[in-house]
Formats: sequence, C-alpha cells, structure tokens
Amino acid sequence: MNTPNLHLYVLAAPLLTAFAVNLLGRVSRTWIGPLVLGALTFSAGGALMTLLHVLREGAFRYTIGNWQPPLGIELVVDPLSALMLLLVSAVALLATSSALKSVAHELPGREHLFFTLYMILIAGLLGLVLTGDAFNLYVLLEITAITTYGLIAMGSGRAALSSFNYIIMGSIGACFYLLGVGYLYILTGTLNMADIAQILPGLDAPAAIATAFAFLMVGLWVKMGLFPLHVWLPNAYSQAPTGAGAMIAPLMTKVTIYLMIRVMFSIFSPDYTFLAHAGIQAGIVWAASLAIMCASGLALAQRNLRRMLTYILVAEVAYMVGGVWLANGTGITGAILHIVSDAMMTLCLFLAAAAIIYRTGSLEFDRLNGLYRRMPVTMAAFTVGAFSMIGVPPTCGFFSKWYLILGAVRAGHPEFVTALLISSLINAVLFFRIIELAYFQPASDLSRSEPQQAGEAPLLMLSPLLLSAVALVAIGLGSGPLIENIIRLAMPPGFAP
Amino acid sequence: MIYHSSMLPLAAVCISLLATVPILLSDCKPNLRESWTLLAGIGKFLLVASMLPAVLSGHGFVFTLAEVVPEVPIQLRVDAMGMFFALVASFLWICTSLYSIGYMRTLEEHNQTRYFASFTIAIAATIGVAFSANLLTLYLFYEMLSLATYPLVTHECNADARTSGRKYLTYILGTSIGLVLPAMIITYALTGTLDFTAGGILAGKASAATLTLLLVMFLVGFAKAAIMPMHGWLPAAMVAPTPVSSFLHGVAVVKVGVFSIVRIILGIFGPGLLQNLDLGVIITTLASITVLVASLVALTQDNLKRRLAYSTIGQLSYMVLGIGMLSAAGMTGGILHIAMHAFGKITLFFCAGAIYVASGKKYISEMDGLGRRMPITYGAFLLGALSIIGVPPLGGFISKWNLLSGTIESGQWILLLVLLTSSLLNAAYFLPIVYRGVFAGTGGNGSPVEIREAPLFCLIPLTATALLSVGLFFFPDVFLELVHIAVFR
Repeated sequence: MNTPNLHLYVLAAPLLTAFAVNLLGRVSRTWIGPLVLGALTFSAGGALMTLLHVLREGAFRYTIGNWQPPLGIELVVDPLSALMLLLVSAVALLATSSALKSVAHELPGREHLFFTLYMILIAGLLGLVLTGDAFNLYVLLEITAITTYGLIAMGSGRAALSSFNYIIMGSIGACFYLLGVGYLYILTGTLNMADIAQILPGLDAPAAIATAFAFLMVGLWVKMGLFPLHVWLPNAYSQAPTGAGAMIAPLMTKVTIYLMIRVMFSIFSPDYTFLAHAGIQAGIVWAASLAIMCASGLALAQRNLRRMLTYILVAEVAYMVGGVWLANGTGITGAILHIVSDAMMTLCLFLAAAAIIYRTGSLEFDRLNGLYRRMPVTMAAFTVGAFSMIGVPPTCGFFSKWYLILGAVRAGHPEFVTALLISSLINAVLFFRIIELAYFQPASDLSRSEPQQAGEAPLLMLSPLLLSAVALVAIGLGSGPLIENIIRLAMPPGFAP
Repeated sequence: MIYHSSMLPLAAVCISLLATVPILLSDCKPNLRESWTLLAGIGKFLLVASMLPAVLSGHGFVFTLAEVVPEVPIQLRVDAMGMFFALVASFLWICTSLYSIGYMRTLEEHNQTRYFASFTIAIAATIGVAFSANLLTLYLFYEMLSLATYPLVTHECNADARTSGRKYLTYILGTSIGLVLPAMIITYALTGTLDFTAGGILAGKASAATLTLLLVMFLVGFAKAAIMPMHGWLPAAMVAPTPVSSFLHGVAVVKVGVFSIVRIILGIFGPGLLQNLDLGVIITTLASITVLVASLVALTQDNLKRRLAYSTIGQLSYMVLGIGMLSAAGMTGGILHIAMHAFGKITLFFCAGAIYVASGKKYISEMDGLGRRMPITYGAFLLGALSIIGVPPLGGFISKWNLLSGTIESGQWILLLVLLTSSLLNAAYFLPIVYRGVFAGTGGNGSPVEIREAPLFCLIPLTATALLSVGLFFFPDVFLELVHIAVFR
C-alpha cells in the first residue's frame, strides 16, 4: 500500500471490523478483543503515518473510486484533518481497551452487538474528519448519531428514555444542518465544500447565504451540545454504558467542533463568518461566555461523578466555540489545542470513572469515600486529569486555556476571560470536593457494611488510563512544537497563532 | 551575569522529586524511607552550593526544559537572587527533615509516607520557583507547591484539618488562578515575553492605569506572601504538623510568595518604572498596614503557633516593604530579611513543636514555668525571638538595619516609624513567652525541676538554627554579596 491511500485504510479498518465482530463475536466472544484492538491499532498507526506524510508533502485531496468531484466523494487530508484523524483513532484505541472489560461486565452476552455499533461509530467519526463533501458530512453525522442512540440505549435504568430524548434533539439538529446544505445546493448547484467555497463569494444572495449559514451553525450547535442546546447531553452521556460513554464523551463533541471549524472556514470564509454580519461575532462570544458560566454552575449542583463530568463537558464545548469565534489566530489556536487537550482529559477522567464503577459499582459522591486508599493508581491518574481540567501547568489543559485567554485579551473580550477564569475556579472546587472525599474521608459505614471489591481495576482498564494521564503532561510540554508544526498549518489563511 | 547552559539547575530541582518514588516504595521501612529524604536533602544542598562560587563570580546557569509558548520556554536559570533563596531553603530543609523524624515518630503520627513524599515535592517546587527564568515557569512551580502542600495542611484528616485545607486552597489557588494567571497573560499580551529582565519588561508598554492594576493583581494574587487581606490562610494552615508549619509556613511557601513579588518588581516592572509612576507607595502602604495590624493581632493570640503565624504575616510584609521602598538599602534589607527571618522563625517553630512533643502544650497560658524544664529549647526560642525583633548580635539586626537606613535614604519617615513601632510590638509579643516560661509559676520553694527536653532529633536542629541566627550576624558575607549582585547588577 502506498502512503497516499493510507488514510482510506484508517477509515476502512474499523468499518470492516464492525462486520467481522458481529459475525465472529457471535461464535465466540474471545474474537472481539483482538479484532477491535487490532483494527484500531492499525488505524492509529496509519493515522500517525498519514499525519507525518501530510506534514512532509503537504495537504492532498483524494477521490474515492476515482469519481471526480463534484459528483464523486472527496476526502480532504490536510494538517487539521490528519491531526483529528490521529486524535480520534488514538482516543478510540485507548477507550476501547477499557471498554472491553466494562462491557463484558455490564452487558454480558451482548458484546458483539455493542462492538458492532461501536466500531461503526468510530468509522463514522473518522469519516467525518476526512470528508470534503457537505452532504456526505450529513450522512456520516447521521451514521454516528444513530449508532450513538443505539449504544446509549444499551445502558441500564433510564438510558432508553435518555436515548429517545437524544434522538429527538439530534434529529432536529440534523434537520437544521440538512436544510442549510439544501440552501447551499440550491444556491451553488454543488455539494463539494471546495466548490461551494469558490462559488459563494460571486453570488448576490446575502439573505439566502446567511440563512444557510445560520442553519448549518445551529444544527451543529445542537449536535455538540452548546448551552442552552445541551439538554440531551448530560443524561445521554452519563447513562450510556460505561464503555460507550468513555469513547463518545471525549470524541463526539470535539469532532463536531471540528466540523464547525470546517463549515466556517472551508465552506464559508473567515471574512464572511466574522465580518459579514455586524455584531454576530461578538454576540456569539458573549453567548459562549454565558454558556460557560451556566454550565459550570450546573456542574456544581451534581452529586454524581459522571454527571458532573458531562456538565463540565458542556462548559468545555463553549470554551472552544468561544475560542473559534474570537476571530483571531490566538483564539483559534487555543480552540484547536483545546480540542486535543479536552479530548485527552475527558478521556482520562471518564476512564477513571469507568475503573471506579468497575470496582465499586457506583459514582455517587457519598460512595467515593476512601477511594485513594483502595485504588491509588486510578486516583493518581484521576488527579492528573482533574489538574488538567482546572488548568494547572504543565498539563495540556493549562496551555490551551492560556491561548484561549490570550486570544480573548487580544481580541478585547474581557467577558470571555472572566468566564474562563471563573470556570477554572469552579472546576477547582468541583474536583477538590471529590479529592477531599476520596482522600481524607474514611470509607463510610454504608460502604463498609457491603462487601466491596477492593483493589485496582484490571490492567486492560488501568493501562489506557495511565497512558492518557501521561499524555496530558506530554501534550502540555509538547504544546510548543505541536502548535508550531501542526496547528499553525491548520489555520485558515491569514491567521497566525 | 554570564549564563552557561547546564543540567545542574535541573538536577537541583529534580533530585527531591525523584526521591518521592523510593519514599513511596519504602512505605513499610521507616528508616530506609527517612534515609531517602535525608539523602535527597543533602544532595540538593550540595548541588545548590556547588553552583555558588560561579554565581558569586558573575556566572549563572541556564537549562531549557521545553519550548511551550513563543518566547516563553519552561526554563530554569540560576542567578544571584535565585541562588540566595535556594541556599536558604535547601539548607533549612535538611534541618527540617531531621526535625520531622523526631517530631513525627515521637507523636506516632499516621500516614508518614504521604507526609514525607509531599514534603519532597514541596521542596522541589520551592527550588523550582527560586530558579525560574520567567514568570510562566515560576507560576508552574508556584502551583505545584500549592498542590503539594495541600495534603500536608490536611494531614490530620479530621474536620478541622479539612476546613483549613479548603481555606488554604481557596486563598492560594483562588488568587493564583483568578489574579496571577490573567495578570500574567495580560503582561504577555502587552510585551510578548515573560522573561525576568533586569530593569523590567513593562516600561513604555502600557498606560499608568493598566500598570497600577497589574501591580495590584500581582501583589494580591501572590497570596502566599500573605499581604492583608490575603493572609487568612496562614493562621488556618497552623493545623498542620509543626515541621510543616516551621518549614513551609515559616520559610518555603510564604517566602515563595515574597520571592515572586520580588521577581515581579525587579524583573517584570523594574524599580525605575515603579519609581517614575510613583507606584512604590501602593506596595509600602499595603505592607505597612499588614506589618502593624498583624503585630497587634499577634499580641492577642494565646495559641503559640497562631501567634507565630501572625508574626510571620507581619515579618513577610517587612520584606515587601523593603522592596517597595525602591531604594538600594531598602531592597537589600528586604531581600536579606528573607534569609534572616527564615533562620529566626524556623527556630521559633521548632521550639513550639519541641514544647508540644515534650509537654503536649499548645497554649502560651499553659506554659508557665516550662522554661526551667526545657532550658535548651527556651534558650533557642529567646535567640530566635531576639533575631526577629532585630537585636544585635543576631542576624535579624542586619536586615532591619538596612531597612531602617533604606527609609532614611529615601526620606520616608512614616515607614521609619512603622518599622520602629513594629519592632516594639515584636518584643511585646515574644518576650512575655520567654518570661513566663522562665520566671512565672515558681510555686514558692524553687526546688530543682527535672529537665525534660524533646528528643535529640528535635533538639539538634533547633539548636543549630538558633546558633546560625547568631552566626549570620558575624558572617553575613555570602548572603550580602548575593543580594548586592541581585540588586545592583
């Protein structure tokens, strides 16, 4: 296989494995682990090589089956999409390792079904990252959404209801997006992003273009759970099976942010996005600032670790939306770096939650007492993830926040600076509340009366957790080269970090 | 100063950080565990001291760890100012480690492994702050120190300790994230660098109003310096075991706060800029209020450690006051007081701990006549107290002398008055403790009392630091030289 085709195999490996898992997993569930881990390791390796190739040779476009655009399906491999490709496949690989254990624990006998959906979801996410076609993007968005509905519904308790809520909201979001694409198709007669971008500036239909843009944006905001369009997210992500949550929470929102960046800069232009309509850009930064504060406030009210994390996630989504809409290079750098770091720290915290739930069966705050004594390694990794969320150097959470705040200072948006700082402080309260419970409170009588499995989670869950914790520090210390060599190239033209 | 690239600064920071691993692993072997601590302590001091001759002859060392933000790498740099602070901190850590062994074992404290491990991280962070080449690196180690000391403050694990831990984090982490971080980013946005440069980097980069705001954000934001109203965490942190109070809340943590302010004033703003804008007055006013109020509050405290804590708050502001005078003598006195106060205050805390270990007493009103049973401890206490009051022949005299001549040099007579009043107050809250210990409660007949001192592991360090307080009066040359290089070059 020659390198320019490699990204296609990255995409195909999980898709084909999905079917293999369904067939062979029925026969014996011992097949599942090697298959999914093998496929994702291959994907991650391929993604790394694709990224290196892009950095060496520059961005390229690829037409599937040699059908030329605008009719054929085009994949775009540029520094940003290659970086996302690596991020998605690496996070998926780590999450899967842990999911293998927790799914066997929570859904015995249904592993092959779970992992079929799971692998299709990963393939869908990888496809979203690569696609250069606006309608194709819709199709892949629906593929990821439908698999996610299925995965969430496999959870216990009220998961089916949460999934139904998500279906309603997700479908509304998808409709908005589709309407936007429809408008663009009527206006330009093409669905290829690059083609649309070429035709749009020459058109004289400001109202129609603005409508299309608004539909696309709102559709994606619903999908990413931007406050106040987030109502489906906390329930869906906290009631999904642990293994699904640990992969969906870090990736789904981040990929949707990436799609927003694509729509803003690849279909439309930065000039159009930021300058065409007075007040919109500043208004969205204000909205994002309020969203950060409200979501952080809601996180304070939660009494369950995973629900708390989902509200933090909602706040983080607003970090990135605000960062992109700051309309300067620093803010966009911060947003892209935050995509990477937030994916890693959400992964780290959800994996820690998965390990805790695997051993103790609960994530309610009053059951976390004395955890540091029982699971020291898990809690050490959790602490690193928490520090990254708070923004303590040298974890990567600090550096992405640094660029976001710097961008806001340079763009003259004190409200965004304030929101980020207050959110960091609230995160400190949130996490130290848990650290205090888990570290200093002796195991309560409640948990003492029930026989609890002590000790660490199995190695298959522990090793990805530790890797993600190490990655948080490594990405933080490597953020300079990361920005210099990759993110700088991923900027829309005319923007610099 | 000429800088050479070298691994030495990194080694000096990391040696105790690496020691954390064997300390955690030798959980069940206390003797082995404590030898790791001592080994790391001695190694750290030797590494720091090995760089001293070069620094005195005008050569520094630099090590870049990672290029994180354009123009602002995570970088360690050893200069005179950093060497001055690192020397004090790394030496006193050895004394504290010895003292910790005596204190923790006699009281049979729980979780000693966690205690010693957190301590090694804290000292690594302290040296990291001392050797930081720019504000970002300093911030990194500053936060690391906050987080490493949190488990030490909450060591007792009871409700009281948890409440104090919360207060500690609220003050320290709240101000560093809420004030220092934005101030740092604004500084970076204005100047494009955060490097500590002689003469500052902010001159001509912003309006007077912005600069005033930034200065206040930094002063209040470095809450470890405990300038009022950001002092509340320090008395609360006294719930920690006494070695923690003596080293971290008498020397390392609080002086990291003062040191950060010194760095800001010398390296980010520059004395010239502050003088032109007449901003020194903000610093000296805040500091003067803290000096006087803290000394008055100290008078009312019956808990010995809390009285020492309020005394620390007052003394820290002496240092800030000296820097804020912006005159050569004032700055020399202020910086010198970092070392002189460190030796004096650590002695006092060691004594407070020794009294607690030997007699279980925490309140001054219970300590009548105790001095006759613990003559060595009380002797050391007297020396430490006299040093802080500023009586010759003790180290504290030299820094106070410089501070006083600083006020005269710059003609700030009110500050002279503040310093003299505070010295009187210092005497008023320290000397009665010694007086009551030695002369009160004789009970009539004056029969010989049984000597009952704390264990040797406690006694040796406190004698050593007390004698060194005397020694520093006669041989302050190394410290003076370092401060002169830091202030004048």
